[in-house]
Amino acid sequence: MTDDLLARLLGPAEPELDCDQCFELLDRYVDLELGGAPADAEVPGMRAHLAGCPACAEEHASLAALLS
Amino acid sequence: MLIDAATVREVDAPAPTLREPRVLDLESRAWLDGLQAAGAERDEAVARLRQLLLRAARFELGRRRGQLAQLRDPDVDDLAEQCADDACVAVLARLDDFRGASRFTTWAYKFALLETASEVRRLAWRGREVPLEPEAWEPLAGGSSPADDAEQRELLAVIRDAVATELTPHQRDVLVALAVNGVPIDVLAERLQTNRNALYKTLHDARRKLRAQLAERGLTP
Repeated sequence: MTDDLLARLLGPAEPELDCDQCFELLDRYVDLELGGAPADAEVPGMRAHLAGCPACAEEHASLAALLS
Repeated sequence: MLIDAATVREVDAPAPTLREPRVLDLESRAWLDGLQAAGAERDEAVARLRQLLLRAARFELGRRRGQLAQLRDPDVDDLAEQCADDACVAVLARLDDFRGASRFTTWAYKFALLETASEVRRLAWRGREVPLEPEAWEPLAGGSSPADDAEQRELLAVIRDAVATELTPHQRDVLVALAVNGVPIDVLAERLQTNRNALYKTLHDARRKLRAQLAERGLTP
């Protein structure tokens, strides 16, 4: 529980996208993921942002689930 | 560190060997042609787009039905229609932004999912107070072992001190609401009359200050 709290307080240590950038690139990222391509290499900063932003993480999960 | 816009443009650009405009797949090309046509052809394409977006809105509402216990099924159906309408307006307004980085349907779906997820979060928090005080974090300070517990208590103590002394009042409110009390970012944006991206930048700046304070003391999370 404390680990979760610390993670939420401190966020990702790596460089990350902001929410607008995440939305702009989310469709590309998910298509790459579902196509088995190296999505994290193609869209750097996305994985870190999804770890730090619950709302964007929810939308990523929904888009991936909808297309799966 | 947030990645700056110039870097994103570079990231989003085609690979060096593919500098020509992206070649759309046939299905995406057909969607664009229909939506950019005139008269009955466009009307038919818009109707198909709205059905596509309605499917995504219903899918999202199905995933989040538990957060909307106060709504009857017909109200949820109405909400799906409303979210599909709003997403349709957004997609049509931004049609020129679609550059073929994904399939058109993937690009369009994300608008419906954003509209629907944001609406669900707003409805789930309607009438609830947005807590800005860190009442919730004291009971959470408990590790899985005595060593973890002591280490994590030290980290939390430094963080709480930094929250009180290093952050601006706005950064403190945003960090506590989002990270400690679990207020959804779009709900907080609405209450503070700002937008999601501005709040995330504030949260990011606050987190960076906390990390700097830990580093100054030789602590690592």
